[in-house]
Amino acid sequence: MSSSKRMMIGADVGGTFTDLFFFNEAEGRFRVGKVPSTRGDEATGFLSGLTDRDLGDVATIVHGTTVGTNALLERKGARIGVITTPGFRDTLEMRRRDRRKTWGLWGDFTPIADRDMRVEVAERTLADGTVRVAVDPDEVRQAAQTLAAKGAEALAIIFINSYANPANENAAVAAAGEVWPNEHLECSSMILHEIREFERASTTALNAYLQPLVGSYLGKLEDRLRAEGFDGEFHIVQSNGGVMSVETARSLPVRTALSGPAAGVIAGGAIARAAGFPNVITCDLGGTSFDVSLILDGTSVLAPQTTVDFGLVIRTPMVEITTIGAGGGSIAAVDRGGLLQVGPESAGSVPGPVCYAQGGGRPTLTDANVVLGRINAENPIGGKLDRLDVAAAKAAIVTHVADPLGLDVMQAAEAIVTVANAKMAGAIRLVSIERGHDPTEFAAMPFGGGGALHAGALIMDVGLAKALVPRFPGVTSAMGCVIADMRHDHVQTVNWPLDGLDVASLDRLMVDTAADARVVIDRAGVVLDRVDVVFELDMHYIGQTHAVPVEVPVTVAEGTTGITLEILRSAFESAYKSHFSRLLPGLPVRIVSLRTAAIGRRPHFDLAALKPGDSASLESAALESRQVWFDGGWLETTVWKRLSLPVGASIKGPAILEQPDATIVIDPGLVGEVDDHGNLVIGRLQA
Amino acid sequence: MSLDPVTLAVLKGRLEQIADEMDATLFRSAFNPIIAEAHDACHGLYDAETGATLIQGGTGLPIFVGAMAFAVKAVIDKVAVDGGLNEGDTFLFNDPYLGGTHLNDFRLVRPVYRDGVLFCWLASVGHWVDIGGNVPGNYNAKATESFQEGVLIPPVKLIDAGQFRQDIADILTANSRTPDSNHGDLNGQINALDLGERRVHALLDEYGIGTVNQALDALGERAEALMRENIAALPDGTYSYDDYLDNDGVTDAPLLIALDLTIDGDTMRLDFSRTAPPCAGPLNIALSTATAACYVALKHVFTDVPANAGCLRPIEFVIPETTLLGVSAPKPVAGYTETILRVIDAVFGAFAEAAPDRANGSPYATINALSMAGHRKDGKRWVMFCFFGGGLGGNPLSDGLNHGNNPISTATIPPAEILESAYPVMFTKWALRPDSAGAGEHRGGLGAVYEIEALDDGGADVFLLGERGKFPPFGVNGGGPAAMNRFYYQTETGEASPPLVSKVTDVHIEKGMRIRLESPGGGGYGDPRNRDPDLVARDVCRGYISPDSALADYGVAVDGAGQIDAEATASARQEAAE
Repeated sequence: MSSSKRMMIGADVGGTFTDLFFFNEAEGRFRVGKVPSTRGDEATGFLSGLTDRDLGDVATIVHGTTVGTNALLERKGARIGVITTPGFRDTLEMRRRDRRKTWGLWGDFTPIADRDMRVEVAERTLADGTVRVAVDPDEVRQAAQTLAAKGAEALAIIFINSYANPANENAAVAAAGEVWPNEHLECSSMILHEIREFERASTTALNAYLQPLVGSYLGKLEDRLRAEGFDGEFHIVQSNGGVMSVETARSLPVRTALSGPAAGVIAGGAIARAAGFPNVITCDLGGTSFDVSLILDGTSVLAPQTTVDFGLVIRTPMVEITTIGAGGGSIAAVDRGGLLQVGPESAGSVPGPVCYAQGGGRPTLTDANVVLGRINAENPIGGKLDRLDVAAAKAAIVTHVADPLGLDVMQAAEAIVTVANAKMAGAIRLVSIERGHDPTEFAAMPFGGGGALHAGALIMDVGLAKALVPRFPGVTSAMGCVIADMRHDHVQTVNWPLDGLDVASLDRLMVDTAADARVVIDRAGVVLDRVDVVFELDMHYIGQTHAVPVEVPVTVAEGTTGITLEILRSAFESAYKSHFSRLLPGLPVRIVSLRTAAIGRRPHFDLAALKPGDSASLESAALESRQVWFDGGWLETTVWKRLSLPVGASIKGPAILEQPDATIVIDPGLVGEVDDHGNLVIGRLQA
Repeated sequence: MSLDPVTLAVLKGRLEQIADEMDATLFRSAFNPIIAEAHDACHGLYDAETGATLIQGGTGLPIFVGAMAFAVKAVIDKVAVDGGLNEGDTFLFNDPYLGGTHLNDFRLVRPVYRDGVLFCWLASVGHWVDIGGNVPGNYNAKATESFQEGVLIPPVKLIDAGQFRQDIADILTANSRTPDSNHGDLNGQINALDLGERRVHALLDEYGIGTVNQALDALGERAEALMRENIAALPDGTYSYDDYLDNDGVTDAPLLIALDLTIDGDTMRLDFSRTAPPCAGPLNIALSTATAACYVALKHVFTDVPANAGCLRPIEFVIPETTLLGVSAPKPVAGYTETILRVIDAVFGAFAEAAPDRANGSPYATINALSMAGHRKDGKRWVMFCFFGGGLGGNPLSDGLNHGNNPISTATIPPAEILESAYPVMFTKWALRPDSAGAGEHRGGLGAVYEIEALDDGGADVFLLGERGKFPPFGVNGGGPAAMNRFYYQTETGEASPPLVSKVTDVHIEKGMRIRLESPGGGGYGDPRNRDPDLVARDVCRGYISPDSALADYGVAVDGAGQIDAEATASARQEAAE
């Protein structure tokens, strides 16, 4: 890479805005940008944010995308064909025999490939990997041609037990490749080498479903960037928070399902580490939902699979994001049992909260925040509206909450915020206390536009140590794109009992998969400090169906990992103990799967670049104080321009801090201090 | 002074989270797939004095939600007589006449003390894979006494003032074909209770016992108020529905399940007096089980009522012990799942009359408990046990769900690959069953076909307990019935089907031979001749229904490629209208 090109751009394309983070590494300078997204033609919106740049100066663009996410949620992927084992063409449609809700039997399910687009060919592999019936290439070619003729734009080949032996699948892919008209062709063992046919089939089919769309989107985007003179590296953020090359993204688009939010969590982790908070719960309050994610010792926690919608399962490691239906647009209502509920029903962005005056008539959390004076009605964030309609918000709260509960309007507005806070606190407990983590060791990190309104209440409700508000909470995901490491994951089911284990075979498999994963990282040609390989084994007592993830503390050196039975056994027992209270001595143990992750560590990003400039001062930051409702009464509350506060500034609650993309509330009894990186650290006021 | 609505809302969430987390702990640490994958378990908090349900997890098996209160009550009754209840005790039992359901369901019940005073009970129930008896997996379709179904453990102390009693655990181990699995599940249930107890204490530390008690009272009152409101919205009157079980597994004669449902203002009476008397085979259930089944049905109709004892207050149950719904020991009860599904269907059937806009077609309503068992080359026994899916009923909102689970369950089915890797079997078919759905404006969901081949030299013994082989899942509001349950097995001379249809105990298949289970779909909703012909053609294209069924059931003339003959369709529909 030429040393003159030091510009990196992180670009997070969301449903409403495209957020950009420009970073000049050589000069340590950065700039943030926000332009409206252009749905359906994202490349145009993306490029409009870059127009004042000479793209020839840009070394790297890293992109967090919701194109895949939206295609999944809106069911706008490609028409796909599926070739299966005889007797199993309905796997995608039969799911795991679940239903939508515990209570209530209504509702149906439409799979992403209709039944007439799924055909069977003769073949069978047994659970031990024996090929009982070899696949016939002629039959596969014919099936592929039939599906192509019916309009399939992508083809997924999904055979039973291919995790145990992919030979038939590989032969089928080779045969189909001879007649398939495009590159959108894959088999399940290529996408997920793991036992459980529905999860593997669903992940594979969803990958095929996204391939034409995401592939063409990324292709067009890259072409446009190149045409504008960009000749640097172009990368995509995966759902696991790592970055992959655009080529990998085009073949594994299913790994972009949580691309945008994952980038935010990565940035959260980096900011928190730099600020000296290794344990953090990130909280993203959006319009309809509240997303929390756990960062432990500076590393985000990954979940092995996620359900995008009923019956649509993606099994690939993803940043674990727990979502509850409580956002700014969540509707407050009194149910027929007389209980105040906030969410999950949402006013969405249309009609939106009552105070937006776009036709919404039912009060939302945002309306309550406006009525309480926490949100500045005269200068709302986002810049789309001139002012908010406080009177209309009040009237809606009176009708729908205050009157039914026998409260006055201010009590009712406060009750809405309290119930919403309790729901958010519940989500935080779910990922912390309930997994055995002590909340006093965690800080909350709000991002998105609304999270910082509630951060103070959350630390008090849950007993968290601090809240850490990043300097630019509204562009955290774009910043995460710039910070994130490269990553490639691989999983392989082995089903090897520990008793009589051939340790040499395990060692060889670990060394080989590590080498394969490194190749993927190296191919991307990114500047890296180093590549780490992390091994995790899914293990259990034989007889259990679920497994415990066991991190194996070994690395590859001189062609071996040095793994031993003793290391395996003790790693399993300590992992099992940390999940459950009782070990089961004497029962045999088994290795179910090997998970290998190659992580290419990117050069350190110095977050001190974000800190306020020399011109910042308390005087320049002070705005006129106003009345805000806290704990049953109005309090005179100081108001500040957040970005103008200098390092070391200390603001006692009650106070409101405003910035273009967020509003921060410091509750009475709390104090906020600006740290060396420009973060605001909110904690309890020492008596 | 009553609790403010805000604290109440907060505490409701906190309490429900405790039960949910107990569920999750057991699911993750259980050994047998019936708990780990199929979630055949349940946890909750129960009233210190009465055992009534205070809080129930949202992820546990629905049928247990109604039955657990009886289990806790059984322990309360025992200590009232015997005395000797201590802090640190945990009771264990599987007596189905006291605690409901069947012998496989082991209940652990633990008192939670606060400052030396009993605050509440915690309970955990989970389905263990085998507990002795004549049939591996305990679904003995021919049992005439509970002694043939397995070992019955009355309430005993498994943990006595903090001391784990290994002698009790040894009795359990000695009486099962799958002792390791049971041992693992038992430990998982103790994990769940340990965790629940810690969480309850943390909550009491934070809010105080008075506030939490107030919240629990208020939640019960609110559930009652909601239920009364729901009932009051229905027209007064008596609505009856009669359905039948195929047979009791011993004698081939149908068993009447009859409900007279009376709405009177804001109260409801469920009267099952006309139901058949206790039967010889295992299709009986205890009063606690029958009550729990009604609760499940009502929760599916009134989905907004919270799961606590308050919602049962406006309801009177008439379940005489002269019927097969109110039996006591030692009447066999292993097939309880089939009977409660019929009880639930009777409630759905009665609602179709009382409130057609709340009705759905019968949701296939048989569990199809299938065991395959044998001995491996090393002599070790293997028992594969699984429940199978079917179609849910057509409903006002949509067609029925293809291949769903039963109303009593939220169970996911174990993957074929997991079963094939654990047992010497191969699934040669795991597919939707065409023409199995009840016709309707909204048709039922499709049932499934599962075909399994034995791979080991020793072959496999096969046991099945299912229903709906002679009386199909019904449709509502003019919807048609679904296809019935079918079971076939290969013999030296061909394919056979058992006389009692889906109750099987004496079948053995050799290596390379197969069995095939074809499960029912769901009943239809509304007149099939009102179904959009394009949807009928689409169903033909997808192979959900045959062209023959399209014409006969829907009055749509369509060829195999989905081309509609408009003229023939018009005349077929016209003909039907006349």
